[in-house]
Amino acid sequence: MDLARVIGSVVCTQKNVALHGRKLLLVQPVTVEGQDTGRPLVAIDAVGAGAGERVFYVTGREASFAFIPDHVPTDASIVGIVDRVDLL
Amino acid sequence: MFLARVAGTVVATRKDPRLEGHKLLLVVPVDPDGNDDGGYVVAVDTVSAGYKEMVLVVRGSSARMADGMDERPVDASIIGIVDSADVDD
Repeated sequence: MDLARVIGSVVCTQKNVALHGRKLLLVQPVTVEGQDTGRPLVAIDAVGAGAGERVFYVTGREASFAFIPDHVPTDASIVGIVDRVDLL
Repeated sequence: MFLARVAGTVVATRKDPRLEGHKLLLVVPVDPDGNDDGGYVVAVDTVSAGYKEMVLVVRGSSARMADGMDERPVDASIIGIVDSADVDD
């Protein structure tokens, strides 16, 4: 998983039926220190994340596991809202 | 997933039979403002997207999870036509 910040949202009226009812968010990957790193991507929200929140997301085939038993065609899913990161 | 713009079509007479009847589009990744991000991808269209439209593309084995793509040899599917991609200030 990677850390990211929610920077916006994406709206699609016409979409694959397997996406119906899913919230699409734009997320910007960030470092542990909170600096932007890399390009923004679109992720499906599995935890009710909101604008500006720091989250972590899972990529690849496993991203769809967040929605089992439903089959959701996603390669990036937000699976947690970060309260705090402690570097030891 | 990433945002992209439909830049063209790909026509292949000879192809895997499980791809027959599916439209192949050439898409260019873009940022939320619609500016080209470089590169291109050939993706299967599942939403009847058109030329120059901004679309949502899923990559990897998740592309097979789009409705209608089960057990087909694809690793990129267009799964949405983007109405808006808003970046909060």
